[in-house]
Amino acid sequence: MFVTGVVLVLIWGLIAAAAPLMATHDPYAIDFGAILKAPGEAHWFGTDNVGRDTYSRVVYGARLALYIGLLGVIAPLVIGMTIGLVAGYFGGWVDTVAMRAVDITVPFPFFVLVLSIVAVLGPGIENYFIALALVGWVGYARLARAEALVLRQSEFVLAARTMGFSHGYILLRHVLPNALSPVVVYLMTDVTLVILFGAALGFLGMGVPPPAAEWGVMIAEGQTYISSAWWISFFPGLAMVLIGVGFALIGDGLARMLRIER
Amino acid sequence: MNTLRYIAFRLMQAIPVLLGVSIITFTLMAATPGDPVRLLVGDRASAETIALIRDRYGLDEPILMQYFTYLKNLVVGDLGASLRYRVPVSQLITQHYPVTLFLVIYTIVLTLPPVIALAVWSAKRQNGPADQVIRMLGVLGLAVPVFWLALLFARFFGVTLGWFPVSGFGETILDHFRHLFLPALSTAIWVVPILVRTLRAALLEEMNRDYVVTGQSKGLGDRQIFRTHVFPNSVLPTLNLFAVIVAYLLGGSVIVETVYAVPGMGKLMVDSILARDYFVVQGATLVFALTTILVMLAVDLLSALIDPRVTP
Repeated sequence: MFVTGVVLVLIWGLIAAAAPLMATHDPYAIDFGAILKAPGEAHWFGTDNVGRDTYSRVVYGARLALYIGLLGVIAPLVIGMTIGLVAGYFGGWVDTVAMRAVDITVPFPFFVLVLSIVAVLGPGIENYFIALALVGWVGYARLARAEALVLRQSEFVLAARTMGFSHGYILLRHVLPNALSPVVVYLMTDVTLVILFGAALGFLGMGVPPPAAEWGVMIAEGQTYISSAWWISFFPGLAMVLIGVGFALIGDGLARMLRIER
Repeated sequence: MNTLRYIAFRLMQAIPVLLGVSIITFTLMAATPGDPVRLLVGDRASAETIALIRDRYGLDEPILMQYFTYLKNLVVGDLGASLRYRVPVSQLITQHYPVTLFLVIYTIVLTLPPVIALAVWSAKRQNGPADQVIRMLGVLGLAVPVFWLALLFARFFGVTLGWFPVSGFGETILDHFRHLFLPALSTAIWVVPILVRTLRAALLEEMNRDYVVTGQSKGLGDRQIFRTHVFPNSVLPTLNLFAVIVAYLLGGSVIVETVYAVPGMGKLMVDSILARDYFVVQGATLVFALTTILVMLAVDLLSALIDPRVTP
C-alpha cells in the first residue's frame, strides 16, 4: 500500500517534470475545428468547448497541483512546528497564549476561513498560500505541542539540560527529531487537502485564474457541458483522485509503520 | 451537582472563544481593502449619509473602539448590511441558514446507517478484509474532490437516470428531501470514513474491557453484551467528534451548495465573495463559527449528562 502511494506520487512527479514531452498538444492552443470532441485517437481525453486538448491540460495541471500542494504546506509546517514545540517545551504563558490562539480558530470550518481570507486578500494562489500560513499551522502546532509536552520530561532531555546545553540546542537536536513522526503523517494528509482546497478555490473562481490548465478550473469549465461532454470535467477530477490517493496512501502507510493513532 | 458545576464551567469557557472568534471576523473586515462605507452606500452617496454611517459603525474611532462598536452591534444582531441586496445581513442569514441546517442534518442522517454498519462489521472481524475496506475508504474519502463527485452525481443520477433534481431547494418538505439528496450524498461520502474509523476504534477498545468477560461468565450471549454494553459505551467517543464533523459539513456545504445551486449559507457566502459583498461574507463566516461552537457546547453538555464522570 505504502509502496503504491510512493509509486503514484513519483509517477505524478515524472508527469509534471516531463509535461512538455508527455503532452500531445499545446494545453492552451485553441482549435475551433475540434470543439467538444469525444475521447479518441486524436484527442485521448477529448477536447473542451474551445477545442483545447483535455489530456494535455491534465498533464500540465500536474505541475500546478504539485506546486500548490508542496509549496502550500511549507509555511503552515514551519510556523506550526515552531509554535507547537516552543509552547509544549516551555509551557507557562507561551503555551497559554498559543493554545488560546488555537482554540479560537477551531470553531471555523477550515475551508470557510481560508475562503474568507482569500475574499479579503483577493483571488490568486499567492493569497491562498497566505491564508494557509495564517490558519493551517494550527494542526501542526497541536501535534508538535503534544509531543514536546512528553519529551520535555524525558530522561535524555533532562540529561542534556544537566549537561548545560541551551534550550535552543535541545529543542532543535533532541525534541524536534523525536516529535517528527506524527507531524510527517499529518503532512501527507495535509498535502492532499491543500491540493484539494486549492482546486476547490480554482473551481469557485478564487484560485488560479482561467485559462490556466489547473484541474479545479478545468472542472468548472466543464460544468456547463457536463451532460454532453462529460470528459472535460471527468479527467481532471480523476487526476486529482489519483494524486490525492498517492499522498494519502503514503500517510496511511507511514502511520502504520510508525504506529501512530489517527 | 458535579454535572451542574461542569455545565456552568463549560458555558463560561465558551465566552473567551466567542470573543476570539469575533476578533477574527472583525479583523477580516478591518483588513478589507478600501472604505467599507463607500462599498456599502456606493459612489453617489452624499457626504451626510457617509458621515451618518461612519458614526453608526464608529469607523472614525480608534481601531479598538471600532471593535467594541462591532461587538455591541453583534450582541443586538446587527451584522451590517448587504451591498448587493440592500437588506440587513441578518435578514439574508435568516433566509439561508435553515437550508444549510437542513442539508447538514440530512447528511448526518444519511451517514449514520452506513457508519454503524461498517464500524460494527469491521470491529467484529479485526485484521480481516473489513479492515482493508475501511482503510481504502479512508484514503478515498480524503482524496476525492467533493465538487467533482457532486458534479458526477448530478450528471449520472440527475441527468442520465433522472431520479433526482440537480439544483435548487424545492417548495414542500418532500421536495427538500428530493432536492437535497444528491448534495447530502456527495458530502456524506467525505465524512463516512472519518466516523467509521472513530467508532470502530471505540468499539474495539470497549470489546476488550473486563465487563465483557464478566458478562460472558454470567452466561450472557455475545450479541447481547455487544448490544447492551459495548455499543452504548462506544457512542460517547464518537459523539465527541461530532462538532468536528459539523465543521467539516459546513465547509463542505460551501462547495456542494454551489454545485447544486442550493440557496443556503454556503452559496450565499461564495456569491457574496464574488460580488465583493464583504459584510455578508463576514456575517456568514461568523455564523459558521457560532454553529460549530454551539454544537461543541451541546455535545459536551450531552456527554456530561450521559456520563457523570465527564469533568474538565
